[in-house]
Amino acid sequence: MTSKSISKKPVGVIGAGSFGSAIANILAEKSEVLLYARDSNTVRKIAENKENRGHKLHTNVTPTGDLSYLANSCDIIFPIVPSSAFRSMMQQLSPYLHPYHILIHGTKGLDISLPPGETIDSVPFLTRENIRTMSEVIMDESVVIRIGCLAGPNLAKEMAANHPAATVVASHYKEVIREGEKLLRNDRFQVYGNSDLIGIELAGVLKNIIAIASGALSGLGLGENAKGLLISRGMVEMIHLGKAMGGEVEAFVGLAGIGDLVTTCNSTLSRNFTVGHRLAKGETLEEILSNMEEVAEGVNTVRIAKKFIDTAKLRAPITEALYEVLFEGLTVDKALQLLMRYPYNVDIDFL
Amino acid sequence: MPKGNSKDKSYKPILPGTSDWPVVQLSRNRKQFIAKVVEEAFIKITDANPGRQELREELESTLYQEKLRIKQNPWRVDPRDDYRFWEHVKNELVELASEHEAREKEEDILKRVVSRYAHEIAGNFKKTRYQLTREMVKFGFARLLNATRVKRFGAFFRNEYTLRDKIQITGKAKQLRRLARKGTVVMVPTHFSNLDSILIGWIIHVLGLPAFIYGAGLNLFNIKIFAYFMNSLGAYKVDRRKKNFIYLETLKMYSTLAIQEGAHSLFFPGGTRSRSGEIESSLKLGLLGTAMEAQRSIYMKHPNGDGKKIFIVPVTINYNFVLEAPSLINEHLERQGGEKYYVESDEYSTSYNMIKFLIKFFTKGSDISVSIGRGMDLLGNYVDDDGNSIDKHGRFINTRDYFTSNGEINADKQREEEYTRRLSQIIVKEYHKINRVFASHLVAFTAFRLWRKQHYKLDLYDFLRLPEEEMVINYDEFKTQFKKARKHVFKLKKQNKVNVAAHLKGNIDDVIKMGIDNVGMYHSKRPLLTDKAGNIITKDLNTLYYYHNRMNGYDLEKYI
Repeated sequence: MTSKSISKKPVGVIGAGSFGSAIANILAEKSEVLLYARDSNTVRKIAENKENRGHKLHTNVTPTGDLSYLANSCDIIFPIVPSSAFRSMMQQLSPYLHPYHILIHGTKGLDISLPPGETIDSVPFLTRENIRTMSEVIMDESVVIRIGCLAGPNLAKEMAANHPAATVVASHYKEVIREGEKLLRNDRFQVYGNSDLIGIELAGVLKNIIAIASGALSGLGLGENAKGLLISRGMVEMIHLGKAMGGEVEAFVGLAGIGDLVTTCNSTLSRNFTVGHRLAKGETLEEILSNMEEVAEGVNTVRIAKKFIDTAKLRAPITEALYEVLFEGLTVDKALQLLMRYPYNVDIDFL
Repeated sequence: MPKGNSKDKSYKPILPGTSDWPVVQLSRNRKQFIAKVVEEAFIKITDANPGRQELREELESTLYQEKLRIKQNPWRVDPRDDYRFWEHVKNELVELASEHEAREKEEDILKRVVSRYAHEIAGNFKKTRYQLTREMVKFGFARLLNATRVKRFGAFFRNEYTLRDKIQITGKAKQLRRLARKGTVVMVPTHFSNLDSILIGWIIHVLGLPAFIYGAGLNLFNIKIFAYFMNSLGAYKVDRRKKNFIYLETLKMYSTLAIQEGAHSLFFPGGTRSRSGEIESSLKLGLLGTAMEAQRSIYMKHPNGDGKKIFIVPVTINYNFVLEAPSLINEHLERQGGEKYYVESDEYSTSYNMIKFLIKFFTKGSDISVSIGRGMDLLGNYVDDDGNSIDKHGRFINTRDYFTSNGEINADKQREEEYTRRLSQIIVKEYHKINRVFASHLVAFTAFRLWRKQHYKLDLYDFLRLPEEEMVINYDEFKTQFKKARKHVFKLKKQNKVNVAAHLKGNIDDVIKMGIDNVGMYHSKRPLLTDKAGNIITKDLNTLYYYHNRMNGYDLEKYI
């Protein structure tokens, strides 16, 4: 297998959002790429102009609106759709998938799986079995088990501008990591492998919570000391939560953990950061969400994480404070005062 | 005692003549087969040790471990020339010490070691002896049962009670028969007692299946009567003292090739008997991995798709008592303290003890149940009666596709290891699902939990040291708690997470009585009794812990 350089088949990307398009462009440097978009207008526009959301797409990228065609043409598929649409996308894709398929997703969010008729607000508890990472959703819905995920500081706009960057491909299967490397790696894009799939997925997910908080700090204009405080305490919180949900500490101190966290906490380009920033400026969550082009995964993650924290009787002050800001009308200022009074005793207690 | 839902069905053999049996064919070509095992294992070991010094280091560490074994833990079954053989290997290696390039000589030594191992492992299936043994088991067991149940000596020669009354076979027996015709079956039972191997041998016969090959611990061959059964039933020998790479590779190659040849195979994936009394929660992946490798090899060798499929069939065995329980649980508790190395002790160290045990076992009358799980493919997908793999949504899956990359089937060691790990987790889940809860397990669980809760501040070891005289539970309290536990078990049964014995239903007092009467019923110190006032007491807390552990993994502790 290693003798073959690249599979002759095209590579599939599902989701033509900004990250999906950026990944499609990187893949297109080495392979033919089929890019699936749900919306037929988008498909047409990409086909006609080789452009999406104002970004140029590589000539090797061919759009499609047909999941069965994509699954039949590609052995390796990168699903990159918002977590809220991920399960239903998988349900549509699943009939066309076979065990030889490899799926490497790039979605940093969580899905909840509850008994019929229940919602996150109606259930008293949310245990780990109810919370699914995207790789778990793939396994729930399809026969594919060679699964990987992409995580790391991957700001789509910077990637589109060809700035140097790196990603982690995490999978239980070395084969998946190898394929991911072969397809993605180029002079400006470095790829690291990691076998802790769940840990890496969680690092990518939980970081979004801290990214919102970071946006809020910046919105208040609070400077670098505060940011340092947030990043380090945020890291601790991510690790505690991540361990409780089945990840290893190592996943959080690598590129997908601290690397991604530092990037998002500093970047005005991140959607989650933007949510926090605008909250601090006095907008409500509804106002912010109503005119955001793409979903900020962090909002949903805060909601799920908060319920899990309550169920598992953990303490995660940043997440809890943020929950109150987002959903219970607490002001960012008040939340900050609360956090500053919070009795932290030890700096680090997990190494 | 209610009989449960075992149907008194007799199954015709699925293959008319024993000469068609894969295991018979394997033993007919024994010489060639062993030669093939040696050849392939040799290639695998040399491939894994390509470096200049690697092979020599492998041989040296094997020699060291073998000499240690001979000195520290010799067994009666060990060959007489054991010492001489290894002494010879040692001398040869000493001679090589000054040579830097001696790959050829090293490979020569390796070949002899592998060949020695392969001959030791290889089963010696004798058709005539198998038939004789089978009749003996049938006759002997049935007579024992009659004599003891009816309690008149004349009954010894009547056929009133059969083994089938005592041993209930539930689950997917019919499917198992069909799968054994369609492909190659790998049966993976839970392991509680040394009796398991004989029991399973008998089950295989009752179901009309051809003899399976199975890896039986070499220590069992210490006991003549066991050795006789084993040699007749297609057993191959597994020596758990030998942990060196060369031995393990040879053993795995034997299993892989036998499965590839279509020999139905049986192994206890827990490795040894469950020391704690729990249903296995993690499995040894070595032999399970051989099934994975065999399946991929078959697919590679049959690109047109006519290769046989391998089916995994989990089996859970339930006893009301396990002869070895007290010593098993003590070993478990000792080992929890960090002891890594242990010497296996055998309660039936002689044939006499073994026969005594069997008589005791059958005279004291208590049921055994064997639950046969649904067949699955190597990836843990259930299969239908025709052997087709089916996904959660009812669609067919081609198992070959799991081994395919870029349109071709390829070998990927790491991938197969991961698949095996995954399969082991699915098997463990299946064990819990098909496990049949007996009243005896549930009374043990309830009583132990109640006492444990009273002393929750003590750690387990201190708790187990408490004097038994202090342990008394008022019957009514016990009944209330038992009721709760039973209710939850039934709820789990509804969710298809466990199975229950028929006798668990019905009047609660009767069920409790039956449970207490049966739990560990022929241990000299009973784990659970009622005193004159009707209260629940124990004479052996450790053994009670053992039987209690049987219900671990169901989250029942939340309810008591």
